[in-house]
Amino acid sequence: MKFLTEYRDPEVVESYVGELHKITTRPWTIMEVCGGQTHSLVKNGLLDLLPENVRMVHGPGCPVCVTPVHLIDKAVYLAEEKGVIMCSFGDMIRVPGSRKSLLEAKAGGADVRILYSPLEAVKIAQQHPDREVVFFAVGFETTAPANALSVVHAQRLGLTNYSILASHVLVPPAIDAVMNDEDVRIQGFLAAGHVCTIMGISEYYGLVEKHKIPMVVTGFEPVDLLQGILMTVRQLEAGRATLENQYSRVVPAEGNPEAQRVIQQVFEVTDREWRGIGTIPHSGLEVRPELAAFDANRKFSVSIPKVPECVDCIAGQVLKGIKKPYECSQFGKKCTPENPLGAPMVSSEGACAAYFHFSGVGL
Amino acid sequence: MIALTCPMPQLDFDVITLGHGSGGILTSKLLAAGVFDLLKNPLLDTHHDGAVFELSGPLAFSTDSYVISPIFFPGGNIGELAVNGTVNDLAMCGAVPKYLSLSFIIEEGLPMSEFWEILVAIKFAAERAGVSIVTGDTKVVEKGKGDKIFINTSGIGQVHPQAKISTTYIQPGDKLIVSGYVATHGIAIMSVREGLDFETDLVSDTVNLNHAVKSLLDEFGSAIHLLRDPTRGGVATVLNEIARDCSLGIDIMQEQIPVLDDVAGACELLGLDPLYVANEGIFLALVAADVADQVLTKLRETDVGKQAAIIGEVVPEHPAQVVLTSRIGGKRVVNMLVGEQLPRIC
Repeated sequence: MKFLTEYRDPEVVESYVGELHKITTRPWTIMEVCGGQTHSLVKNGLLDLLPENVRMVHGPGCPVCVTPVHLIDKAVYLAEEKGVIMCSFGDMIRVPGSRKSLLEAKAGGADVRILYSPLEAVKIAQQHPDREVVFFAVGFETTAPANALSVVHAQRLGLTNYSILASHVLVPPAIDAVMNDEDVRIQGFLAAGHVCTIMGISEYYGLVEKHKIPMVVTGFEPVDLLQGILMTVRQLEAGRATLENQYSRVVPAEGNPEAQRVIQQVFEVTDREWRGIGTIPHSGLEVRPELAAFDANRKFSVSIPKVPECVDCIAGQVLKGIKKPYECSQFGKKCTPENPLGAPMVSSEGACAAYFHFSGVGL
Repeated sequence: MIALTCPMPQLDFDVITLGHGSGGILTSKLLAAGVFDLLKNPLLDTHHDGAVFELSGPLAFSTDSYVISPIFFPGGNIGELAVNGTVNDLAMCGAVPKYLSLSFIIEEGLPMSEFWEILVAIKFAAERAGVSIVTGDTKVVEKGKGDKIFINTSGIGQVHPQAKISTTYIQPGDKLIVSGYVATHGIAIMSVREGLDFETDLVSDTVNLNHAVKSLLDEFGSAIHLLRDPTRGGVATVLNEIARDCSLGIDIMQEQIPVLDDVAGACELLGLDPLYVANEGIFLALVAADVADQVLTKLRETDVGKQAAIIGEVVPEHPAQVVLTSRIGGKRVVNMLVGEQLPRIC
């Protein structure tokens, strides 16, 4: 498959792995921010190929995982009690709320639909003028433009029965929060390629400067990841801390200005709670007040009580890279993908679920 | 494939109604004008409550229910799936399928033309597999109480005299053969589901596997240690069941697993792993290492096995676990499917 197989080429992989082994002289700890990268590292068995001195820790970049429990409770409530057609991306519907997941609500008769695009939800709203249609708009900067565009479309079509339940999170404030934690010992970052495709790379210069840490914008295929790790280790070994772009075939420095414009048009930056971490200032997006009619949070004013996180779960430490999933006493025991106790076990991109599915550790 | 058709008989109704499942005159008319005629064979012709027949030797007996949506999909419909599915389950037991039962649960309002199309597919699938449908049942439920049509088939077959199929015969060193492309059926079905607008020429590979299996058993007999069709849960789930049941490890090589380019592309787009996608027209065989290459050659001579490949082997290490060597040489555990495989956000 063109544009894919060349980034999974065993010979290129071997040459990068060889180079990494050659240049690594000391232990380094590097965090890959994005859950997609975690998934790829584990799924392709890349962690086994790295030198012992290169330790990858897995960041908070799984939007499904960090969606607060009370928002899932709200989605379930709207689907069950308000009779809305609740639309969502696939992996969100299995995430447990405090009482149940959207999947369980669906099994109980609620109208929950799995979609691939928020624009499909707008179509459903057109087809069902007598029903309220809500799209559970979850994601990082990557999915924000499409979710914003659905609001623009709905407004243009004059729809009054479409809204989004927004739980958007932003990557740079999360990196900053991770680095501000005094327990964190991360020395380099792989920044999330797809997020930068939308937002560009300029936001990251400040972080590199502030924390004196190398950062490499990296893609998701085995060759991308190994090259990103190699570029980071080269900087670390040379004592440099700069921003580099491994994923330049996809990420232009300025990002996608049109996508940024539509995000600005619909959303504004807000403080956001991250499941397992807590509230991070300026780390989320919410619908602008002038578009309140398309904001399910304002449209359906229900008060959903906040519930405490499970005390046995060390999600916060896993999401900040302080601990590995298998260092948790509940991993693979009380906590499994069928019965997750916390955020990183709920989606296949969460670090705990990725380890559970692919590494066999603790099984 | 040429679509096989039969002219639809003149019936009083355009759609199935509750009366067609009442057991009264409408049921009788539907059966007489449609089902009995189309699926005609001496045992069915008795129109009795059940079929009476003689079969000797060890027998295999299997049942399966078919509740798929959509009921018509590229490459087939629920009718042939219902026949092939049970025929293949019997074949996986090392049996030669003989007789099937056929039960419909129909939601009222199903167009008669669609019911007919399904019946015709059943007829030809049964003929291809060499099985007779000898007893059955038709029930109709109110609108909203079903999903167009559900079908159950049960089947009986005679175990092949040379067959010794059981996880207890599996040995370290046994080779794992897959008979064709993985994940084709599941992705073909997904491509026509609501909300998924990807364009593809993919068609389901649903087919009866019993003739290919019989030819292997005729020639290699007890060297075929296990046969499984990796339907729901896909190849990964079935391999995990096998590894668990025989308390041995299974190693598979990603590079060797045959996947059509279109299927691989769709899986990339949708965030699915082909190893967990449902299959219909393929089977997995664990065979003694010394005959593996000959089995592969023989299988490739059959209609359904042209893409067959050796994709792995049984190992004494990591008992009850399946380990995949990725294309780039990394290793990872392949677990059972948890719940339904859901598309990822990004």
